[in-house]
Amino acid sequence: MMKTKSLLLAATAAAMTAGMALAEPVKVGMITTLSGGGAGLGIDVRDGFMLAVKQAGNPDIEVVIEDDQRKPDIAVQLADRMIQSDDVDILTGIIWSNLAMAVVPSATAQGKFYLSPNAGPSALAGKGCHPNYFNVAWQNDNLHEAAGAYANSAGLKNSFILAPNYPAGQDALAGYKRMYEGELAGEIYTKLGQTDYAAEIAQIRASDADSVFFFLPGGMGISFLKQYADSGVDLPVVGPAFSFDQGILQAVGAAALGVKNTSQWNKDIDNAANKAFVESFEAEYGRLPSLYASQGFDTANLILSAMAKADVKDQDAFREALRAAEFDSVRGEFKFGPNHHPIQDIYVREVVQEGDVFTNKILGVALEDHADAYAGECKM
Amino acid sequence: MSFLLLIEQILNGLQFGVMLFLTAAGLTLVFGVMGLINLAHGSLFMIGAFAAAATAAATGSFVLGLAASLAAAAAAGALVEMLVIRRLYNRDHLDQVLATFALILIFSEGTRWLFGSFPLYLNIPLALSGPVTLPGGIEYPLYRLTIIAVGLLIALGLFLLISRTRLGVQIRAGESDREMIAALGIDINRLYTVVFALGAGLAGLAGALVGAIQSVQVGMGEPVLILAFVVIVIGGIGSIKGALIGSVLVGLTDTLGGVLLPETFKLFMDPASATAVGSALASMLIYILMAVVLIVRPTGLYGARA
Amino acid sequence: MSRETIFNAVLALGLLLFPLWAYVADEPFMITLATRVAILALAGVGLNIALGLGGLVSLGHAAFFGIGGYAMGILAHHAQSYTPLMEVPFLIEGTKSMPVIWLVALAASALAALVIGALSLRTSGVYFIMITLAFGQMLFYFAISWPAYGGEDGLSIYVRNSFPGLNTLDPIQFFLIAYVILAAALMFAAMLAKSPFGLALNAARQTAERVETIGITPYRLRLTAFVISGAITGLAGALFADLNRFVSPSMFSWQTSGEIMIFIILGGVARLFGPVAGAALFIALEHVLGGLSEFWHIYLGLLLLAVVLYARGGIIGTLAGREVAHD
Repeated sequence: MMKTKSLLLAATAAAMTAGMALAEPVKVGMITTLSGGGAGLGIDVRDGFMLAVKQAGNPDIEVVIEDDQRKPDIAVQLADRMIQSDDVDILTGIIWSNLAMAVVPSATAQGKFYLSPNAGPSALAGKGCHPNYFNVAWQNDNLHEAAGAYANSAGLKNSFILAPNYPAGQDALAGYKRMYEGELAGEIYTKLGQTDYAAEIAQIRASDADSVFFFLPGGMGISFLKQYADSGVDLPVVGPAFSFDQGILQAVGAAALGVKNTSQWNKDIDNAANKAFVESFEAEYGRLPSLYASQGFDTANLILSAMAKADVKDQDAFREALRAAEFDSVRGEFKFGPNHHPIQDIYVREVVQEGDVFTNKILGVALEDHADAYAGECKM
Repeated sequence: MSFLLLIEQILNGLQFGVMLFLTAAGLTLVFGVMGLINLAHGSLFMIGAFAAAATAAATGSFVLGLAASLAAAAAAGALVEMLVIRRLYNRDHLDQVLATFALILIFSEGTRWLFGSFPLYLNIPLALSGPVTLPGGIEYPLYRLTIIAVGLLIALGLFLLISRTRLGVQIRAGESDREMIAALGIDINRLYTVVFALGAGLAGLAGALVGAIQSVQVGMGEPVLILAFVVIVIGGIGSIKGALIGSVLVGLTDTLGGVLLPETFKLFMDPASATAVGSALASMLIYILMAVVLIVRPTGLYGARA
Repeated sequence: MSRETIFNAVLALGLLLFPLWAYVADEPFMITLATRVAILALAGVGLNIALGLGGLVSLGHAAFFGIGGYAMGILAHHAQSYTPLMEVPFLIEGTKSMPVIWLVALAASALAALVIGALSLRTSGVYFIMITLAFGQMLFYFAISWPAYGGEDGLSIYVRNSFPGLNTLDPIQFFLIAYVILAAALMFAAMLAKSPFGLALNAARQTAERVETIGITPYRLRLTAFVISGAITGLAGALFADLNRFVSPSMFSWQTSGEIMIFIILGGVARLFGPVAGAALFIALEHVLGGLSEFWHIYLGLLLLAVVLYARGGIIGTLAGREVAHD
């Protein structure tokens, strides 16, 4: 028995040596948020990513994971370490735009690949695009643009829009307005990290709005939704998926029921890859996968697909292999635009209750084969 | 903006102020009596919210949740006082800052270890949900009115506790002269543990009450901590009355500033940049208020001399 | 030689030898870590002048750290995009030259410290802690919502700024720059403590009435100390931004103020090398514990707690005895 096993191993080794060009080990550095208040997102990305790696069973991929504590300077320090000491080939994992802006430009300038599983700041999609930077999630504006498009098709004519006063918030409102054709009943910037929205809700009530669009990620969105539901204002609410994600919906509870939100993924998208992903994720971790988990899963599968076609040390070939994006995305159709950002369908979902669990179901497509607005500025 | 909306916003400012008072009362009590800077006050707030959420989820009762928040935070407070804080009274503020900062790290990650990284569900009880119509036709959430009532009750309770009870006499004596109180044969260790547990319990209760309309998650205590410090410093450290007035002042400034500043800038700017500039200034406003108060009155509104 | 002097010498030598070893062993990241220690220690040396020598507990030094960082970010941003900083009334261009950036960082943070100090020093004790915090928070929210320089996203600098005759992109050379500046700041702080100004400041910290009777106004002494303190922390901010090739509002956050203060408490308040020892220990703990567990903050918290409770006077106080050398 022993003998056959070692023989088998030797055979595998020989086979691998034969296929050497394709089997150069790839080292991936994952910098993500694993401690503190934003840890839920990073943990989902990591779990999704590692699930794909585990399923692939490819011994040639090695992943180093570190916690950035959601601090830009720590993220930079970790990136320095992974590039200088660990000698990684690919970096990934960052959740927040401001951390991505701190890490990505210098990492790509040092000849590393960066694959974004979540953040997509406009600066990196337009003038600051780079051949080694790939975004596997979305450009930041995309989901907001889809919300604007949905508002048109739902016949909403007078939206009240609000977001925190920081770049991603300003992009969110700009993204919504880019597609939305109706009037604005009001436009408010809230404080970043704000927890009480009584004043904003009073303004919404006093306006003659027919709908509310908001982008308030994390705890801000939970607070807003609870307070909005309790205020008695019953205008329809539209938002990007971030405030209606699997990770936080249970905390919002019934207050979110019926809300329409836009996302490039949902667990009921009908394709084989997605079905397998949702089932195996639940089996592995005992919870439903989130948007972020799906993005981590796709990122890993993209890397694995490129590894099967090219050697990571041959940058040009590997880049081509990434650009081809020949993997079974859990979103279905997936391809990269000229600036290495996704061209994909973005759906409208509705928050529903299934038994004890709050989750989303897809209503339809908000934007088909949608690319971002900055691709034209990218000279690559 | 209509007159009615302005009234509603003033009400919102008051309500936010009372919410701040709930979180600041325990902090100012502990500071006034023991002279302790407790950065971990926000963590006790968080512990209260988590205890309430866990209990409410298990029993389905919001009232039991409130009781649990009070008990859990007070117990955590008493434990921490006996193990750590007690050794810090005679130290300078710097050691207190470092020690209570260390406690934040332990509490935050300990909570995440126990409850996981995702926010918890805690909602207001059915009986208190939804809006009621006030005279003048303002629709206002019942729960927020309840918070105002509870906050004022707690303020009253603290006044009575300090002015009318035996514990209050001891607390006042402890504030003015520590040796004196020991000479009177009062067990100062026990007194301090009780006061600290009381402060912690108040923080925990606030966490549960406020947590019901906000997000119960790790890290929810830190923004609260900074605001609570702003409030007690404006009011004058150690003064319950100061904390109440400071809270309302901060609540009104923050709420009305956020609403009125962008409107004001729209008078002479285009709407988009008026909104941006106005909101930027509004987010700095309470700190400007605090600086101005301290420049004019270096020990806050009702503080004793430093 | 006192035990503290020996300890200081060992620390200074260790901070120099460690990256040199890393250079030989080809561990560039270890050099980066040592550079981080040197720069954060420099920020601490700045704060220690106000806090240790003057007894001014400022929880708002992130303001100066951030101003220094943005001085670098804004100047380099304009230089790399070839757009002038301003054209009227006179032309100011951006720059990628470190010495110029340092001067601007020093001047800007000194000016800010003058304004903040002049207003804050009307208060004392806990009120001083809190009013400095308030100024730091004002700048934090301003930086987040001010769109011209990236808001919360901050500013990225693609290539590190230049220093005549050196290749700053080489980790060891950039470390040496930071190390020399730290050494100079330490020497300056030592001289300051022994100077008539330092002695008067120290006396004013212990008994303000006593110095008033000999005709010195404590307010002016303290304001001067606060300005020097802010300027040095501002310089550290410029270097920190250059280390990361990035600047963001998080440099202004109250957590940053707290961290700088923690370096000092950890190392030993009013000890010349306190910030160096504290920063070195903190960064080392962060590096070692970070790899142990997802919940490593718990261990960090327990260790910090142990230091406060059982190692009074910080590391240096414990190792070198309770007497502060210059007292």
